[in-house]
Amino acid sequence: MLNFILLILIYTGIYALMAIGQNLITGYVGLLSLTQAGFFAIGSYVTAILSVTYGIDFWVTIPLAAIVAGFFGLVIGLPTLRLKGDYLAIATLGFGEIVRNILNNWDKVTNGPMGIQRIPMISVFGVRVSPYEKWGFLVLVWLFVLVGYLLFERLAKSRIGRALEAIREDEIAASSMGINTTRYKVWAFVFGAAIAGVAGSLQAEFILSVTPGAFTFMVSIMVLCMVVLGGMGNFKAVILGAFLIQFISYFPQLVGLSNVIPPQFKQILFGLILVIMMIWRPQGILGRQKRIAPGSFFRKGGRS
Amino acid sequence: MSELLTIDSISVSYGNIKALRTVSMHVDQGDIVCLIGANGAGKSTLLKAIVGLEPITTGTISYQGNIIAQASASGVKKRFSLPGRRSASDSNTLRTDEIAGRGVALVPEGRRVFADMTVEENLDMGAFLIRDDDKISRKKEEMYDFFPILGARRKQKTRSLSGGEQQMMAIARALMSSPRLLLLDEPGLGLAPLIIQDIFEKIAIINREEGVTVFLVEQNARMALKASKQGYVMENGVIVLSDLSANLLENEKVKAAYLGE
Repeated sequence: MLNFILLILIYTGIYALMAIGQNLITGYVGLLSLTQAGFFAIGSYVTAILSVTYGIDFWVTIPLAAIVAGFFGLVIGLPTLRLKGDYLAIATLGFGEIVRNILNNWDKVTNGPMGIQRIPMISVFGVRVSPYEKWGFLVLVWLFVLVGYLLFERLAKSRIGRALEAIREDEIAASSMGINTTRYKVWAFVFGAAIAGVAGSLQAEFILSVTPGAFTFMVSIMVLCMVVLGGMGNFKAVILGAFLIQFISYFPQLVGLSNVIPPQFKQILFGLILVIMMIWRPQGILGRQKRIAPGSFFRKGGRS
Repeated sequence: MSELLTIDSISVSYGNIKALRTVSMHVDQGDIVCLIGANGAGKSTLLKAIVGLEPITTGTISYQGNIIAQASASGVKKRFSLPGRRSASDSNTLRTDEIAGRGVALVPEGRRVFADMTVEENLDMGAFLIRDDDKISRKKEEMYDFFPILGARRKQKTRSLSGGEQQMMAIARALMSSPRLLLLDEPGLGLAPLIIQDIFEKIAIINREEGVTVFLVEQNARMALKASKQGYVMENGVIVLSDLSANLLENEKVKAAYLGE
């Protein structure tokens, strides 16, 4: 039982990283992107291929996973970020599916639907962090979440973060304040993709194998649910959202009812959560974070 | 007087509809210049073209003697070019944010305030291009002195402000960047006459004391002509009259069409 809860908490951490990225894109810039699963997959496969095929250490693959995912963020972001609302959602959804199909069919590199197995375990200063020793892996994942949270929080409170919020509120007004709206939108997309790549890399090390089937559209929807449920524009809230969504989706197994409740219940529930939140509490459980005046974050260390 | 802004035979089309047809005009350094015309005459389109929000299909726009917008060689809007990039033929055309960086501030039609941000946060956004925090604070205090109502409401969400207060905030936000040229799109739209008067007085002070050149677009012709030195009249995308504003106020055609006399 404890082991199962630890497993859920590890997945919570992995998804929290993706949700942090999604929050920058959806919560701050207000872009409805549905492609975190694609970047997640790219990160996973970068780590899997590099470590299995080329024997490269995990700690080298993880920044590469972030860079490659970020690069694809740029590639998909540049042409699609002029689209708005549902058009952007459809275009990004398409990208996620393209990634999955390529992974399924590019046998030579990805080994097709069978995926890549026997990924070497992580070691920290010679100490192996095995996914079977859940405590150790849990700490490792949540350290990544902590670092990701601090980086993104800092980014969001910087000048860049303010630019992103201005773009969300009114793009024309933002550009006439001197904000290069395209550049900032693309940057948000790249950062959001990169952190999803890191999440993918961690998941590969946790399951010790990667298969295309793990990166369906449902992953992107789950991440979006986490952001909407927790509260758009609030990094603490989306981590709470990740926690709640993970526990909800493992609920049948947790209470020993997995024979009674079919796994598809998740999809119904996520749909319900999105609809209910949009009607009654569109700001999410915790709501948007307060903004602070420029400069005061570092100088006074508090909110003005 | 030197020309700060020169518009040389520009055209703008929305699909097959020509919104502006070879419009030429200029704004001299230090003046208040107004453009009056009926709804749909193309006034706002002209302002959008100046700040690079609408591509022009003919002519050039120059600011401080440098071209900031030029019709692309093909004369066609580039629909599929990558955002943020410019092809060689468009290399003279600046993006909206670059034009803002040169000291042109737009108070857009409908104000476009950041409604969910407080007054103070809106002003901070207006100072986006200023890197010096102390200067931003000084600038904000100046604005609160100039528009006392904004000082009183500095911590309030802009959404909760009245129309007139929002308009003043939009102007203050534009002034945060210490612009050389202030473009105002219908500052009096939807406001009570007394408040419009108040806003026009402020615009006059900004021009007189800060030396900011003002180009304003208005439907309220009488107000605009009284406040300005030079006036242009636009009909169906064409400039039909241009003269000193004082003369336009006496012009029979203007009187009949725009002043209701």
